[in-house]
Amino acid sequence: MINLFAYNIPFASIFLLMISAIITPLLPEKNRLPEKLSCCVIGLVMILSAYLLYVLTNSGAPLSFNFPMGHFPAPWGNELRAGPLESVLSLVFCAAMLLSLLGNFSSTAEDIAPSRRQIFCVLVNLLTASLLALTYTNDLFTAYVFIEINTIAACAIVAVKEGAETTRAALRYLVMSLVGSGLVMIAICLLYDLTGHLLMQNMHAAIQVLVRTKNYLMPLTVSLALITTGLAIKSALYPFASWLPDAHGSSTNASSAILSGLVLKGHIFTIIKIFYRVFGLEVIHLLRMDNVIFILGLLAMIMGSVHALRQNNVKRMIAWSSVAQVGYIFLGVGLNTIAGIAAACLHIIVHACIKPMLFTAAGGLSNAAGHKKGLHALMGTFYVNQWAGLGLAVGAFSMMGIPGFAGFASKLSLTLASFDSPVIIWSLAALAASSVLNALYYVPAVIVILTHHKDAHKNFTAPAPTYIYRDKFLSGIILRAIVKTYHEGS
Amino acid sequence: MNEEIKLIWQKFFNWVSGNGPRPENEVIPPEPPPDLPFTQKPKDKYTRFHEATLKERYNQWLEIHGLHIFSLIYSGLSVLTCIVIVCLLLATVAELPPFGDEKNPANNEVIRRYVEHGGHETGAQNIVAGLILDYRAFDTFGESAVLFTAAVSVLMILGVSRRNNIEESSPDLNESGQNFLERAPPVNFHEIRQDDSILRAVASLSIPAILLMGCVVVINGHLTPGGGFSGGAILSTALILCANAFGFERVHKFFNERTFIISSSTALMIYALSKGYSFFTGANHFHSIIPKGTIGNILSGGLILPLNICVGLIVAGTLYGFYALFSRGDI
Repeated sequence: MINLFAYNIPFASIFLLMISAIITPLLPEKNRLPEKLSCCVIGLVMILSAYLLYVLTNSGAPLSFNFPMGHFPAPWGNELRAGPLESVLSLVFCAAMLLSLLGNFSSTAEDIAPSRRQIFCVLVNLLTASLLALTYTNDLFTAYVFIEINTIAACAIVAVKEGAETTRAALRYLVMSLVGSGLVMIAICLLYDLTGHLLMQNMHAAIQVLVRTKNYLMPLTVSLALITTGLAIKSALYPFASWLPDAHGSSTNASSAILSGLVLKGHIFTIIKIFYRVFGLEVIHLLRMDNVIFILGLLAMIMGSVHALRQNNVKRMIAWSSVAQVGYIFLGVGLNTIAGIAAACLHIIVHACIKPMLFTAAGGLSNAAGHKKGLHALMGTFYVNQWAGLGLAVGAFSMMGIPGFAGFASKLSLTLASFDSPVIIWSLAALAASSVLNALYYVPAVIVILTHHKDAHKNFTAPAPTYIYRDKFLSGIILRAIVKTYHEGS
Repeated sequence: MNEEIKLIWQKFFNWVSGNGPRPENEVIPPEPPPDLPFTQKPKDKYTRFHEATLKERYNQWLEIHGLHIFSLIYSGLSVLTCIVIVCLLLATVAELPPFGDEKNPANNEVIRRYVEHGGHETGAQNIVAGLILDYRAFDTFGESAVLFTAAVSVLMILGVSRRNNIEESSPDLNESGQNFLERAPPVNFHEIRQDDSILRAVASLSIPAILLMGCVVVINGHLTPGGGFSGGAILSTALILCANAFGFERVHKFFNERTFIISSSTALMIYALSKGYSFFTGANHFHSIIPKGTIGNILSGGLILPLNICVGLIVAGTLYGFYALFSRGDI
């Protein structure tokens, strides 16, 4: 049995973040106090999650536990569930959120008006709380409520930077996201009607009975299709990803990092939960949703990279690369084996660490180039802002899957996972093709920033080498070791 | 002889290949322009008749008709998609368990406990209030937070930006002194309506009644149908009516941006702290000091009454805030 302190951590993490979000509007704007408070609280939650992970992996006791929210046990009240995977994810989410905020501390001040910055902090805290709630929840309707908070906050942090481009991108994102929410809502209603439960394991049991007796298979298929489509729109699976490059490419660096690294991941993890804990892998296979997800994942891997190749704006390029990386994750989910889902979770973690670093580094480099975002303008910026250049290079190598970087571990485990499946040829071919395509746009970007440029903005004073990039850089390398151990554990 | 032949050959070779040494005083006259007859002169390039290629014609045609055709295809496909989804959903609904049937999967032990024991377990006469504010209070907390998030986002996007723009643009105008930059003041439609005496009379009669009704619905939320969400919506209509009849300035005196943020944040904070205490004691099996009270009394239902008031405040503030922000751009 785990100790009382660790037992309360999931609940405490969510409530700490919510309460800090609620307090923030009442704080004075002076000295960037709201931002400092957010960073402190997120850091505290990160430490708590790390402690929870430590306790869960080191106690011989059951590896996961349920936390009833209130005096009533689970099917009647709400419930949280925490296991090693949940605590790893919340640790990674908090760490990535903290580093995204700290790494872009100065660019946030440049992009966002002071009066908006306070509300930006409220939204960031709410976003983190909703991500943790999505990670920990064991109840489908609670997941829906926090998907809503996540959606609104995510759209608002796109629009936090003033300008026509961001407003348009935020509106497009909002419309697409709300379509997704609507589909998820309809699907949850259908599922409740069919199973009579909202708690995940009870729904699972009811669905098993329905499938065994072959009752209501058609509504079950439709609800699975709707919930998958809805969440796929929100997590930018390829044919539904048209909103992503605008939203991620035009917003301020901190927002891009948070959106790409974290918001997508919350929805993807919800899909994984629904597949694994609500329907069960056999039912998913029976209803053929794994094939759909697999094919869309393949398509996303190739098409995301092809679109990224055509971009000239470095942030849009990285944004399209996110689409390709989301494809990798869905490939793992579509394999529909435990190894595949573990590889997908691993890739979620890796991408949640690397993509914020890439956006932060790209923001730092384009600042060094005088706020130009075109790839040509970045020529020689490595020599102006070394840490950012290093961050971009490390991120690029990691995304390509060079051994020694975090991306290699996840790509390797995706490959290994696909050996057990009948679609091995397709999955290996797509992995190879997508890696080559990744290299085709990341390598030129790295070469461009390393090329000496004669008048490389001599009068630009480089910002003091921010320790943030270093942290992220280290995390990229160290992560591999952590992730390996996790992978062996799962 | 042999030498001469070689020299001649060299000269001939040079003449053929044109590499011969040129005399220093050689003057090359400029080549005179060809004096062609009028009929043979080449025509100006731009005046020549150019027959458009197929691609150019296509582009031209696309420029004129493209948008129209795109919107036709787009709306056609949208309608088609909608029809497919509607048919699919109707077919699904037709397959669902029949409405109100006793043997439906939804009629299980969860509902039974809510209906049979909801009263004495939560202390609320209104089972729905007990369900949303006690059994599943975490979801309702999330819903209130959704409203808070939405209100704060709209406030940021509409309210704060406009205030900043006014602050930023006015000193520029004064410094430059250019009158033509000054725009006409925005027409305030609500000022025009201010002398509507019928509206004012009816409003001054009905606003107290609406407020009272809203308060009753909120406070009796645990006894009768209603609660924070519906009562809050009623309260906000009173504010909106007041703003329409007497102008936004009248509401602004007692409900402005600062009041809005303070009331919403405080209400949500009370919700979070009190329910957090309840979740904490419940999950750890500690004794909770919150009394349930007797069913049917106004002071019963544990935390449901204060939570209803909090939710009511948030909903009223948010709905009025949306109205004010979208119609005036400021609270």
